[in-house]
Amino acid sequence: MYFDLTDEQQAIKATARDFLASRFKSERIREIAASGSGFDADGWQQMADLGWAGLALPEEWGGQGLGIVDLAVLFEEMGYALAPSPLFSNTIVGLALSICGSDDQRERYLRPLAEGARRGTPALWGAGSTAIPGAYTMEAKPDGDGVVLDGEKVLVMDAGSADFFMVATNDGHRHLVASDADGVSVSEEESIDTTRRLSSVRFDGVRVAAEDTMPAEGHEYEAVLNRLCVALAAESTGVAQRALEMAVEYAKDRQQFGRPIGAYQAVSHRCAQMLLETENARSTVYGAAWAADAEPESLPLAASMAKAYASDAGWRVPDASIQVHGGIGFTWEHDLHFFLKRGRANAALFGDAKWHRERVAEAVLSRAAAPAAA
Amino acid sequence: MDLTLSPSEEEFRDEVRAWLQANNPGPEPEGGLDEVMTFRTEWQRKLHGGGWAGISWPKEYGGRGATQIEQAIFVQEATRQEAPSPANVLGLAMGGPVVIAHGSEEQKQRYLEPILTAEEIWCQGFSEPESGSDLASLKTRAVKDGDEWVVTGQKVWTTFAQYAKWCMLVARTDPDAPKHQGLTYFLMDMEQDGVEAKPLVQITGEGEFNEVFINEARIPDENVVGGVGNGWGVAITTLMNERAGLAFGAIAQIQNSLGRLSRLATEVRTAGGSAADDSYYRQRIAQLHIEAEAMRLGAYRGLTKTMQSGIPGPEGSLGKWQWADLNQGLTELALELEGAYAPLGRGSEHAIDNGAWQYGFLRSRANSIEGGTTDILKNIIAERVLGLPRLR
Repeated sequence: MYFDLTDEQQAIKATARDFLASRFKSERIREIAASGSGFDADGWQQMADLGWAGLALPEEWGGQGLGIVDLAVLFEEMGYALAPSPLFSNTIVGLALSICGSDDQRERYLRPLAEGARRGTPALWGAGSTAIPGAYTMEAKPDGDGVVLDGEKVLVMDAGSADFFMVATNDGHRHLVASDADGVSVSEEESIDTTRRLSSVRFDGVRVAAEDTMPAEGHEYEAVLNRLCVALAAESTGVAQRALEMAVEYAKDRQQFGRPIGAYQAVSHRCAQMLLETENARSTVYGAAWAADAEPESLPLAASMAKAYASDAGWRVPDASIQVHGGIGFTWEHDLHFFLKRGRANAALFGDAKWHRERVAEAVLSRAAAPAAA
Repeated sequence: MDLTLSPSEEEFRDEVRAWLQANNPGPEPEGGLDEVMTFRTEWQRKLHGGGWAGISWPKEYGGRGATQIEQAIFVQEATRQEAPSPANVLGLAMGGPVVIAHGSEEQKQRYLEPILTAEEIWCQGFSEPESGSDLASLKTRAVKDGDEWVVTGQKVWTTFAQYAKWCMLVARTDPDAPKHQGLTYFLMDMEQDGVEAKPLVQITGEGEFNEVFINEARIPDENVVGGVGNGWGVAITTLMNERAGLAFGAIAQIQNSLGRLSRLATEVRTAGGSAADDSYYRQRIAQLHIEAEAMRLGAYRGLTKTMQSGIPGPEGSLGKWQWADLNQGLTELALELEGAYAPLGRGSEHAIDNGAWQYGFLRSRANSIEGGTTDILKNIIAERVLGLPRLR
């Protein structure tokens, strides 16, 4: 029993902290957030050079071959730095290809993706759908030995900088479609989180050859969902950690009524609550990440616990931090709003807290209903 | 990172499990506290006979010399199997560890063995009527008289004082020193004329805790623990040990309660079917499970840290705070599930689960007060973990 990061994981954390802090200073994040594409090509290249594009992907296909705990370490730092980067969407597609792709697809798509040469992003939810995991509405119409896709996908992350989409259809399959294929058009939405762009993507009679349809079906993607939820929950934990630190620092500095506001319990107890939520998020994230690597049978429950908890903490902690800051925290000039927005957007994606709590309820209540199961 | 038990720890767990299955005496007797204490004393003797009292204490003082993980494994298994509590809870969780950490060799030889056998029950004389959360302001005075100290004052919330032989007493020995520096930690014999314990009735109707009136009680000088004037540091060790020692039992107890809560939800009928099918209850039950898991994992993180540094850190305050919230939250939800039946307690013909949740609801009100109020724990976290300035 040893529930802490190993020396190697500490080293990943330290490297990520240093690199991201120097790369994504406040002014640079703001530049990227205000730019047309929202994409930082140099930053991406540097991350790729560090091996991050394929951190938890198999070495056989160009990845680093590390585990989900290592991935969680990295994503916590991505959240801490609020790095505007397609690394998360790219990681999802990488995990999906490594778990659910064919060898031919791994050669053509996964290897360049793991090396950072090509970027992929998932296009899952149909416009007007419930946008919950697994509820995919687009049809794959048979066409010779391939299929044709027609319709609009929403909430597609980093679509502007993606080289290809991994498109979900209602038969449970995923299809790999180049972003410059005929019939594909991207139009950006106005997400509250300008550091991670969301777009809708139209597919108008887009033909997919048989070799670009992934062989796995529906439930096989749950292994991908569980792992990406751990990474996203880790990112929200990092967001919360940074917002907490900003609040504590401010509460030590800011003087009112002749003393630092952090000396008042209304403020200090709020900070203690923020610490509780941040540490709990971290505990559930590392518990789930460990399960992914060492005890996969307990991963579905653990991943939902982590995603549910971190969904809440990821925006509530920045929200509390804004309250500690007072008026300055509400300004555009202060960075806190970026953290609030990222945390809130993360909470909504890939099953919100309610969806994941329902998944937890299903597991624990069916256990209770089974006679003498204990 | 590794959340599994090592082969030798698994072996230990299996041994604990088998021993408990063979020896667990089952539920405590109904009736008064005297019967309960007799029952718990017998149980503790059995535990001691099996080598399960003082699991992490050194072997030379009658302990098992096991690791803190093994100690945690034992507590978890015992709670899971709903084994009764031993009689000398405070001696085992606080008194013994303090004597081991701060006591002299003579004190270790004298006091540890009778704690393990429940021959001598211990109580804790910290709080006073005017010194609760502000413990260091306590006024009970100890004045040197030859080889003895003469003590006068009043203690309160003293659990099991009516059964105790020894009291972990913090008293003021230097009224001129700053308040944290003028305190000394004593072991006071409760069986003397100058000490009188009067039970206080709690909101559950039970009388576990007491007021203790101390009037010129005598304590020999050799009963000072950790040196004159060092009482505050010794008392803090006691409280940290209390929090760390109780953590794993508390987690297993929460898990037991969550299991019962889920069963309650499947049994309770609502207009639309079972409460376990109702989305509102499903969300709340799930949230309690998630928070309990966060607390469990947090305790493992804390244990990993403690094993590296040797002492429990202030982070333990997070666990105690959370435990109180969870225990209160889940008994509150249970009463909500019981709906109109919520007032019916133990002994009522139509009470659900024989009123266990009503008792739990009332008893858990103390969880955010006893052993450090949640409000004070937040101060500790703010000051000692986050480094925020003190108000005082």
